[in-house]
Amino acid sequence: MEVIKIVGTDDTPSVILDAQNDMFEISGRSLPEDVAAFYEPILDWLDRYSEKPNEKTVFNFKLVYFNTASSKLLLDILLKLEEIYEAGNDVLIRWHYPEDDEDMQEAGEEYADIVEVPFEQVSYSID
Amino acid sequence: MDGKIDVKELLEFVYSFYKTMREHEVTLVYEGDVTHQITKAFTSLTEANMEAQLEDPSTQKKVFHVMVECLQNISKHAEDINQKDDSIPRGGVGIFILSKAQDSYVVTTGNVLSKDKIPQIVEMLETINRLDKEGLKDLYKQRIKEGRISAKGGAGLGFIDIAKKTGSKLFYQFLSINDEYSFFVFSTMISRTN
Repeated sequence: MEVIKIVGTDDTPSVILDAQNDMFEISGRSLPEDVAAFYEPILDWLDRYSEKPNEKTVFNFKLVYFNTASSKLLLDILLKLEEIYEAGNDVLIRWHYPEDDEDMQEAGEEYADIVEVPFEQVSYSID
Repeated sequence: MDGKIDVKELLEFVYSFYKTMREHEVTLVYEGDVTHQITKAFTSLTEANMEAQLEDPSTQKKVFHVMVECLQNISKHAEDINQKDDSIPRGGVGIFILSKAQDSYVVTTGNVLSKDKIPQIVEMLETINRLDKEGLKDLYKQRIKEGRISAKGGAGLGFIDIAKKTGSKLFYQFLSINDEYSFFVFSTMISRTN
């Protein structure tokens, strides 16, 4: 499968989707001017990946900020991962948040409540 | 303007504008098209200012959040009555004000809206203002599941998110402009003492 590698900017996140090397990660800031257009290739990629996923998919979210429009598309990504999980594959979501960022931690908890996928919260310290 | 500047009038205007801004502790004010570039410029400027003033990181994040959602509300939902030609509607125009007091930041927006949209907004804002933190979380989860990204790129979650992050009640008022339009004022307070 082709690799998606997007270098982040101050308003779009970094994205790595590389099935061969088991790398699935979205990190940084997300407030793109056109959220639907930004996330469309990512969702399309996941659709194709779901047809023949790896035995285990560990998907890392390491966002420092996302706006509400992005929050909806992040849920769409999680729902795709839920489908892969429900089809009998091993899936783990790792939600990374800065240790002092309660809002980002809470956002992870809310997503974990909504989707039925193994979900792990990981705090990290900055610097 | 006819090319000639009335010096006295200009001085009075600038001085009274300056005084008003000082009185209301306004640190940033803008009127015009709210584009993505404007949103980025204002948020990064404010971030840099807060950083320089050693503002509490959690307050910084909340102010950033609220600014983004408020600016995007204007850019996605504001209407404008073109003063020269009513038949050309322009979207995304409004006023944005950031003020900073001893114990809080206040983000205020104002923009023109069709009167037919008012009931829906009032219902939403009243629902939000009746809820406590847990209630807001539930509403957010419910809306994000049901919601779709609109043609304008919004998720319909902005107000809920603002209330959830700030813990403050949302203030709003409508001022009637004419039969068709009202001016919508929306204001949020972000406490500096968490």
